[in-house]
Amino acid sequence: MKAAVLGKRGRYALHGAMLAAAVAYPFVFRKPFPQDLAIKIFLFGGLASAWNVLGGFTGQVSLGNAIFFGVGAYATAVVQTHWGWTPWVGMVLGMGVACGVAFVIGYPCFRLKGHYFAMATLAIGEVFSTLFMNWQWVGGAVGVYIPLRDDTWKYFQFGTTKLPYYYVTLAFLVLALLISEGILRSRMGYYFRAIREDQDAARSLGVSARGYKLSAIGISAMITSLGGGLYAQYVLFIDPPSVFPMMLSIQVVLLAVLGGVGTLWGPVLGTVILIPLSEFTRIYIGGTGSGLDLIAYGFLIVLVSVVQPRGILGFFRKGGNA
Amino acid sequence: MFLPELAQSLLSGVLMGLIFALVAVGLTLIWGIMDIVNFAHGDFLMTGMYLSFWMYSLWGIDPLLSLPVSGIFLFFLGVVVYQLIIRRILGAPMLIQIFATFGLMILMRYVAFYFFTPNYRTIQHTFLSGSIDLGGIYLPVPQLAAAAGAFLTTGAVYVLIHRTRIGGALQATAEDREAAALMGIDTDRMFTLAWGIGAATAGIAGSLLSIFFYIFPEVGGIFGLIAFVAVTLGGFGNVAGAFVAGILIGVIEALAGHFYDPALKTVFVYALFLGVLFFRPQGLLGVK
Repeated sequence: MKAAVLGKRGRYALHGAMLAAAVAYPFVFRKPFPQDLAIKIFLFGGLASAWNVLGGFTGQVSLGNAIFFGVGAYATAVVQTHWGWTPWVGMVLGMGVACGVAFVIGYPCFRLKGHYFAMATLAIGEVFSTLFMNWQWVGGAVGVYIPLRDDTWKYFQFGTTKLPYYYVTLAFLVLALLISEGILRSRMGYYFRAIREDQDAARSLGVSARGYKLSAIGISAMITSLGGGLYAQYVLFIDPPSVFPMMLSIQVVLLAVLGGVGTLWGPVLGTVILIPLSEFTRIYIGGTGSGLDLIAYGFLIVLVSVVQPRGILGFFRKGGNA
Repeated sequence: MFLPELAQSLLSGVLMGLIFALVAVGLTLIWGIMDIVNFAHGDFLMTGMYLSFWMYSLWGIDPLLSLPVSGIFLFFLGVVVYQLIIRRILGAPMLIQIFATFGLMILMRYVAFYFFTPNYRTIQHTFLSGSIDLGGIYLPVPQLAAAAGAFLTTGAVYVLIHRTRIGGALQATAEDREAAALMGIDTDRMFTLAWGIGAATAGIAGSLLSIFFYIFPEVGGIFGLIAFVAVTLGGFGNVAGAFVAGILIGVIEALAGHFYDPALKTVFVYALFLGVLFFRPQGLLGVK
């Protein structure tokens, strides 16, 4: 749709302007809060886009993406506490492990359809959370404190400024979007969508459904795991409730659904709307931990699903898909 | 030593399992009849628990007496939820349906959180206390009574579904919505009824649980997930299946908790769930 309105050159200009605005943002907003907010938006935007590759493009509704987030976070933390390596190695390692885990989960689960697949991934997510709670080598229920160091890129820790986290998470979001765009334009992207629309028809035309679904979950897992690693470095403390929560698995889906499932910008749009909303309500009406912010959040979700089941993007377009 | 221990955990498991069964029955009814996953089911149960708790602490009404109130209140809550939310998303994609009920779950949970605080509460003195000694095996009376109540309620739902005209209409709607409508069944009323009964059973289960279990805003999460597992194990929409599966889950939890590690007991339940999904997707009792 956008292409029709703006043309190719217009689109490049728009994307360039958005990127420039994002790069300039921390020089305008110098306080910690707006910078922290932007970092959360970039991080969740990337995670929601990663989910979108699997759940949106390919139509496999995963309710367990927190598994990959947790694996990435733990790999990044553990290589530092146990072997003194740099977190960057941990992130790469985490992506590899997450991809492996994704295949192991995907292989049996992709025989399931619809609700069954969603429930299976939800259950596996709970299993991971429980196992990490009881795995003493990685700190069990206590979690892992990443040892504090001076500000260096090698250990990716910055106590005095948020700027490095800001630009790295921005790069993370851009990467997730580029990968999504690449997939949408490639032959693989058409196969993904063919599987989503009608798996049996796709298979009868020679598309290996299981192979492409495994590719989708692998890509989704690696991006999500990278996000987990960045999160671990940003907060420097992780435990199972913070990196394996069911709530996270659900939230990334929510962001994508709110913005528009299966579209390139939907997950980002959902994130840009929902994350500031939840942060502001948390601060202004939920500051005392009363839960009022979450009441508003729940109400909003119900309202959106009842009023505009096609996501916010649905307000802008009448027909057509992705 | 081993045999009494085994018998003790088996029986405790069965008692808890009967509660799981009752929670699952409501969920399977909704799921089977209209193919909608209700993530807020555990929070219907939580509502029932708080209803009993407040009636007890404000007016001293015993949970056994507030139980019908809980059932009736939740019936109407279920009807309202169906009319206001679910009806509008019947034809929507699965994701939207998941999200509507998920949003409802957050809403209910944090309304409880806001008004009742996150504190754990218990009901201290009910009509029932003490335990029965069965030759070295001790069964606490509150649990026993709750399990008996759960058994009776589940039985009542079974009779309603399988022995009455309304039950027949519900089954027909589950079987084929359009054909049922052509036969003159008002499917919208059947859906409303399913949500009413589903929520009511969860509310009754909550009141029964409140006799001996901690009451807190997030309690629905535990029971909701177990109910999902029981529904899958029993076969979607299968009341008898949910009953058997609920008891099976209770027993597995008790055995794993007693003989292996209480912290890992849910892993066994989920492992069973995944195993059944992969190898017997029609459920343990289901027929292909």
